[in-house]
Amino acid sequence: MAKVLIPTPLRQYADKKDSVDVTGATVGEVLSSLTTQYPDLKKNLYTDEGKLRSFVNVYVNDEDIRYLSKDATALKDADTVTIVPSIAGGF
Amino acid sequence: MTTLAAPVDVQLSKEEILRYSRHLIMPEVGMDGQLKLKQAKVLLIGTGGLGAPLGMYLAAAGIGRIGLVDFDVVDYTNLQRQVIHGTSDVGRKKLDSAADTMREINPHIDIDKHEVALSSENALGILKDYDIIIDGTDNFPTRYLVNDACILLGKVNVYGSIFRFEGQSTVFGYPGGPCYRCLYPEPPPPGLVPSCAEGGVLGILPGVVGLIQATEAVKLILGKGEPLVGRLLLYDALNMRFRELKLRKNPDCPICGDHRSIHELIDYHQFCGIPQHEPAPEAGVSENEIEVTALKAKMDRGDKFVLVDVREPHEYQICKMPGSILIPLGEVPKRIHELNSADEIMVHCKSGMRSAKACEFLRQSGFKKVKNVKGGILAWSDKVDPSVPKY
Repeated sequence: MAKVLIPTPLRQYADKKDSVDVTGATVGEVLSSLTTQYPDLKKNLYTDEGKLRSFVNVYVNDEDIRYLSKDATALKDADTVTIVPSIAGGF
Repeated sequence: MTTLAAPVDVQLSKEEILRYSRHLIMPEVGMDGQLKLKQAKVLLIGTGGLGAPLGMYLAAAGIGRIGLVDFDVVDYTNLQRQVIHGTSDVGRKKLDSAADTMREINPHIDIDKHEVALSSENALGILKDYDIIIDGTDNFPTRYLVNDACILLGKVNVYGSIFRFEGQSTVFGYPGGPCYRCLYPEPPPPGLVPSCAEGGVLGILPGVVGLIQATEAVKLILGKGEPLVGRLLLYDALNMRFRELKLRKNPDCPICGDHRSIHELIDYHQFCGIPQHEPAPEAGVSENEIEVTALKAKMDRGDKFVLVDVREPHEYQICKMPGSILIPLGEVPKRIHELNSADEIMVHCKSGMRSAKACEFLRQSGFKKVKNVKGGILAWSDKVDPSVPKY
């Protein structure tokens, strides 16, 4: 069971929740389970080809999964998965 | 900061010594540090939500030269958060308003006003004269432009961005450190991530994030503390939580990596998938007007805009254009808050006279993306939809 933190811009696609507990042994499994539960999240996280979008970063605790094992990154029970999309606001 | 020369000929006046006394008596700043601040040249891109606290505090801190880049005009919707501008500044250029506030705070600094939209053509020329660049813009094309220009010039880019009640901040372009493209190689396609104008922003939020940026800039100039390099700071105002994520330099980064493939600035609108040029207006139509046929084409394309009908309710009952909202001319001033100056707004009436007045009023109130529908609903009936009754 990992805790997934949902960022503000994506909460509208996840029943307004800021975090969701999801089971899965890897980041890929957890995100797959999350997007099954909230199908609207899927197009915001993945391209049509099923690749994680390049303006969305995923972290396990404080480490970017691009520098771990990407989708295959193994998760322990107490791990936190954070989704951090690009935001540009400044005005 | 590696690029700053040691203070040599610069000195503080008696007035400045008194003004900066709380800096001068702390060992982390002292006279050396204050002279470094006075010698520093910092460029603020944008004088909006983030730029407002940045401009005010950096002026107060005694940054010797502060450049401002903006081409916008103050409007009422800015005042909820852009504290560098006041109510009496509505309608003024943000550059003038911001510079006046900063000079009032500290007359001992120099302010450069760059009244331009930063572009691939002008960015390098503007940025090259400054030591530190602070990105307070509100859109993806400019953020990638600022990043690339900073990397090409070897400048540090103090980054901050905000959305609703969340903020992000970090320092890009520090020697050996990551850049914006290392964090996000590509921008989201248009429409997928809402802007502040669309999604809203808690007015206090840019104050916090802008001052994190200001803090980093001052630390970099003083050469003190641990800069926010290789760390992405996330701030969640709603839960009052700060988090820090690791931010690595991407060895394959196309601009700061080992095998750079970007050697000059590119077309950032194209990079972000945003078409840059609208078709030229038809002959006989001023830039503040739109033909009914062009309006119909916009509707058919699914362009995002607000259509405001300024006729009276009883006229609205007779006929209306699809998707319009009714705000009778006389009610426009008191209902102006129902409109967002960030939106493209088309205004129509029966023949175009009342809507021209409404447009004029909106423009004076700081709305810039306002167009009058030429010929009103009568022209719409003539040229677009004959089923609409004329009266």
